[in-house]
Amino acid sequence: MALYRDAAIVLRAQKLGEADRIVTLLTRQHGKVRAVAKGVRRTRSRFGARLEPFMIVDVMLYEGRSLDTVTQAETLAPYGDPIARDYVSYTAATAMLETAERLTEEREPAMQQFLLLAGGLSALAGGDHEAGLVLDSFLLRSLAVAGWAPSFHDCARCGAPGPQRAFNLASGGTVCPSCRTPGSALPALATLELLAALLVGDWDVADQSLPQHRREGSGLVTAFLQWHLERGVRSLRLVERV
Amino acid sequence: MYEGVVQDLIDELGRLPGVGPKSAQRIAFHLLQADSLDVTRLVSALVEVKEKVRFCIVCGNVAEAEQCRICSDPRRDLTYICVVEEPKDVVAVERTREFRGRYHVLGGAISPIEGVGPDDLRIKELLTRLADGAVTEVIVATDPNLEGEATATYLARLLRPLDLKVTRLASGLPVGGDLEYADEVTLGRAFEGRRVLDV
Repeated sequence: MALYRDAAIVLRAQKLGEADRIVTLLTRQHGKVRAVAKGVRRTRSRFGARLEPFMIVDVMLYEGRSLDTVTQAETLAPYGDPIARDYVSYTAATAMLETAERLTEEREPAMQQFLLLAGGLSALAGGDHEAGLVLDSFLLRSLAVAGWAPSFHDCARCGAPGPQRAFNLASGGTVCPSCRTPGSALPALATLELLAALLVGDWDVADQSLPQHRREGSGLVTAFLQWHLERGVRSLRLVERV
Repeated sequence: MYEGVVQDLIDELGRLPGVGPKSAQRIAFHLLQADSLDVTRLVSALVEVKEKVRFCIVCGNVAEAEQCRICSDPRRDLTYICVVEEPKDVVAVERTREFRGRYHVLGGAISPIEGVGPDDLRIKELLTRLADGAVTEVIVATDPNLEGEATATYLARLLRPLDLKVTRLASGLPVGGDLEYADEVTLGRAFEGRRVLDV
């Protein structure tokens, strides 16, 4: 049994016994880790608010058979407080955490997902962009990291150069007229441009997009995510869109 | 595996929160060896609690009548409502003897990751209670954790158009603790809520 130290984002905290919690952490080096934080629910706990969801912490963990134990935690970025003070950001950030939890495996390093989530939480806490856009950008990019990068320009099936108009979930993005199958959506061209911008992080284009294209885009992103994950992401249902 | 009723008892005890298979076995054997009067008292307490206890139609707290002891007390101040997550929080606030108003139990906190949204809580019932304008201040006393803070933010936004004062319980340093061990969020809150010293 070893002691190790890593940077981690708190994804989830579940009550355990009298005053403990099981925290699910997305660590920089060790992937997703579940650990017990003893006495964390007591008001005099030395962990305080450090092990609340959305916090980025420097943790010392003691390796256990099924669950590790948190022995020390220092704050690296206190995103919990600013995010919880804005309800729209809170619902978006929760959906980000749940998606990250679903796309990562226990003890399998996922540094790109860690960096992506840290960036997304930072943007939400700082109020850099509209919360719905940050969420959609995170969902698209985390799916891309997981190996499901959608295409919003060329045909996702045969590679025919775009811009293509029809969008098909099963095909993995936009499709050309010959690859198009029944049930494909026909979103506005501006919506596809917005989604392409969100996928690469082109915020100049994304910030200038119109509300109707944001709404249509978020519908496509949600459907694309649910298609690739076996179970739905529960918190997406409760996300407040402006 | 034990036989028949002993195993049934262990299985039933094992379904209680925080009771694992070993604890269930220990409690079952304690009951087997206990005086039958003690066991009868426990059984009647369990039956009685299910028969008599219900939720107050006004505030959602546990009650033995249609209204709980606090809601039916005419000495309580009707102009204040303290919003809490669970009935056990009512007991915690009552222990302080500081609050003389009435309560509203939400039945939890907003937690999208657990599938709990505003519609799953007793928020509509709170709005109904506020409709007659008798209440002048709503004190949001949800837990000082992430879900509790988000629920407080949601309530503050919802109640903003109403003509009443919405306050949140203060958070900061625990009495008897050391400053150096306080985390950044708690210490930040303590600074935010600092008060003038009256000497």
